[in-house]
Amino acid sequence: MISSARLRRLSCALLLALCGLCGALFSQPAVAQDISSPLAQLATDSYADTEAALGALALSGSPAAAGIVSALADGKLVFSAVPRQVFLRTEAGLVDPLTLQPVADPPAVKPVRVNNRVRRAIEAANGTLSLVSPDPARRLEAATAVARSRDTAALPALDLALSKEADPKVKTALTLARASIVMGQPGVSDAERIAAIGLVGAEGNQDALAILQGVPAESSPAVKQAAADAIAGIERSLAMWSMAQNVWYGLSLGSVLLLAAIGLAITFGVMGVINMAHGEMVMLGAYTTFVVQDAIRTYNPGLFDWSLIIAIPLAFLFTGLIGVIIERTVIRFLYGRALETLLATWGISLILQQAIRTIFGPTNREVGAPSWMSGSFDIGQLAITSGRLWIIVFAILVFVALLATLRMTRIGLEMRAVTQNRRMAASMGIRTNWVDAMTFGLGSGIAGIAGVALSQIDNVSPNLGQSYIIDSFLVVVFGGVGNLWGTLVGAMSLGIANKLLEPYAGAVLGKIALLVIVILFIQKRPRGLFALKGRSIEA
Amino acid sequence: MSPSDTRPPALIPTNGLVFLGVLAAVAVLVPLLNLTTSPDAAVHVPTYVVSLLGKYLTYALLALSVDLIWGYVGILSLGQGAFFALGGYAMGMYLMRQIGTRGVYGDPVLPDFMVFLNWKELPWFWYGFDLFPFALLMVVLAPGILALVFGWFAFRSRVTGVYLSIITQAMTFALLLAFFRNDMGFGGNNGLTDFKDILGFNIQSDGTRAVLFFLSALALGLGYVLCRFLVRSHFGKVLIAIRDAETRVRFTGYRAENYKLVAFVVSAMLAGIAGALYVPQVGIINPSEFSPANSIEIIVWVAVGGRGTLVGAALGAVLVNYAKTYFTSGFLAPYWLFMLGGLFVAVTLFLPKGIVGTYYEWREKRRPPADAAGEPLPDPKPAE
Repeated sequence: MISSARLRRLSCALLLALCGLCGALFSQPAVAQDISSPLAQLATDSYADTEAALGALALSGSPAAAGIVSALADGKLVFSAVPRQVFLRTEAGLVDPLTLQPVADPPAVKPVRVNNRVRRAIEAANGTLSLVSPDPARRLEAATAVARSRDTAALPALDLALSKEADPKVKTALTLARASIVMGQPGVSDAERIAAIGLVGAEGNQDALAILQGVPAESSPAVKQAAADAIAGIERSLAMWSMAQNVWYGLSLGSVLLLAAIGLAITFGVMGVINMAHGEMVMLGAYTTFVVQDAIRTYNPGLFDWSLIIAIPLAFLFTGLIGVIIERTVIRFLYGRALETLLATWGISLILQQAIRTIFGPTNREVGAPSWMSGSFDIGQLAITSGRLWIIVFAILVFVALLATLRMTRIGLEMRAVTQNRRMAASMGIRTNWVDAMTFGLGSGIAGIAGVALSQIDNVSPNLGQSYIIDSFLVVVFGGVGNLWGTLVGAMSLGIANKLLEPYAGAVLGKIALLVIVILFIQKRPRGLFALKGRSIEA
Repeated sequence: MSPSDTRPPALIPTNGLVFLGVLAAVAVLVPLLNLTTSPDAAVHVPTYVVSLLGKYLTYALLALSVDLIWGYVGILSLGQGAFFALGGYAMGMYLMRQIGTRGVYGDPVLPDFMVFLNWKELPWFWYGFDLFPFALLMVVLAPGILALVFGWFAFRSRVTGVYLSIITQAMTFALLLAFFRNDMGFGGNNGLTDFKDILGFNIQSDGTRAVLFFLSALALGLGYVLCRFLVRSHFGKVLIAIRDAETRVRFTGYRAENYKLVAFVVSAMLAGIAGALYVPQVGIINPSEFSPANSIEIIVWVAVGGRGTLVGAALGAVLVNYAKTYFTSGFLAPYWLFMLGGLFVAVTLFLPKGIVGTYYEWREKRRPPADAAGEPLPDPKPAE
């Protein structure tokens, strides 16, 4: 319910507006729901009256107002000279604008005419009306627009809207808009201005900053000081948030790097095999996702949200199998010849790329996101997309699972034994050949799992793997070969450093700077952040 | 073959003589047959073949530069393409300046792409490139200085083996990204192209192409002699020792890093010269020359021909590139990557010493044991 004080103020505003615009005075008391006088004005066939009526309608708070204004904009508002009355023209014939009931005995009508001034008034009225629209999103939008325009004329509408507003978010926006108008309005006391500045400053976002920067130059020093303080405060908080956002992006990039590199940390770090085909294992994982989704779309579309969950074990098994085959047919003949493994696996990577290109074509394949991976939410001023969040969670899960496999399972124990001392392990009855194949299969399988995740954020094309291979090697080398924790720290620090550099240097220069930093870092610590210590290091 | 064990091996061994002989014959015959015979004659060599063969020769020189450090010092550089491209860019910049007012925009000083980017004056690093001697100097200096700085850091802190390979790859990748940027002032994505003439001679004419071909052959021959000279000297012996047991060389009192650095810089300069000869014959240089995949491909040329044999590197470069031209131009084109990939795998598995290395081995087996120590056979066993 609207309080009587509000009503009085509203009617005053309405009357003032009418006086100012057309000079016509209406003696009957204006009541919020009563829009008979503006309706009568619309029927006078005068542009000035129409304009005034629009202003009054917008502030009337009547539920019929929006319909009338939009009918006017569409040329569907008509009037009859005798009796002076307006109607809406609908498909069902003329209807009464208030009751929307058909008129029983339609008189001769003409449309209410519109010129540019009236069109502007329609726009303004629409703006005001959207402040009280039933849709909160529209109200929010309108409030932000008013705050930007700082149009003094919108003040009464704002007051009206504020009195009705229940949604806290919209209410803040309205308060902000009101404060921004008050700040610039002549004839307002310094205390009121400073209070408004305080209100705006407390918002602490980009909009508030723009409002505060618009404090009129002729304001008193106290007001200016308050504004300057508020601006400094907002800039500090904005800088903090943008830093936090960059760190978030960095974590996200870091988790992508971690996923891509962690399989390599096994094959390269644990086995010492330089697997240049590692990127192609990632690619195969991504294509497995594509095939799974394709099958699901064809046979059982209802399962689509489960497609990634289904793809993960399949990708692991498929790429793991390919890995075991590669190990058995090529790599096992090359142990101890690290640089030659590099060449052979590079050859394998070319073959795999070309094979995929032949089967699936050279273009990008569409891999969809399940519904639980789309969408986003805000924490303060951080925009967090669910997809990225899931990838971070997934990377951590994979990392923990891998760590647990190496630490707690029999095969993990055997892998570590073979890595540390192959001959001793063999003497203890461990089938080192078999362990080699399993280790390589594990590393490849993890790469396949990474491919499932990366299919969500990257183009699934035959070249997918190429874009990760250099980064992955850098992560492993930077973190320290043979140490999974090093890979984690390496991936995260490279990811965050990359995103923190980007705002200053741009994406490409930032990347170049990072490459140079890693190259220099390797000069300083040739064995990475977490180097294995021991006599076996020196070859 | 040296008759005695005490005499040092000849500067140019028998296979080297064969190589230089064939090279000299090609260097003279190909341009001659192109210029003097009529296009209808059976022995006529079309101009495009001259350019193609000239390209192979520059690749052979590039492969030679890789073999010097990979075959004899054990440095597997996955960034050799960067030195090649830098030499190429230095030459390309000279050729760009020679275009003068004949560019699309007709600016007497600025190359077209700078006018297009609305640049007002020439960036400082383009100064001097209108002078041919300066450009030639930069062809060797630009890759040389990069190799010096990079190698000085890397070898001093004893980054070896796989680690070195990975950071050289990162180096060429960083350069790739950098040269893709328009702001760098090297033509961005499109690189440098539309060359008109070199030293006043039209770059498209048959005569110029013949001379460029001859110069490429000459450079390859001289490069081979230089490499032979280096690896045969005391310096080269230390290099081979470093390849086989770097730690032991250090313990013997040699500053291994200095030896490696010199070899690395010489190799980079050779690659730069190869790039400088490549650009006028191909007519374009763009950032894709920096791509890590290119550098890895160079390694396979050397591996196919035979690592640590010099002649093999040149042979491998020509063979692989001939195969590439053959396969990528016909109906077999989609299978070229299968071929190349298969070649990588097959060579490392079945032909670890490459063609020439395997031939040496075969000859060695047939020879009576007393005479076995004639030529010191490079051992393709990697250092690490």
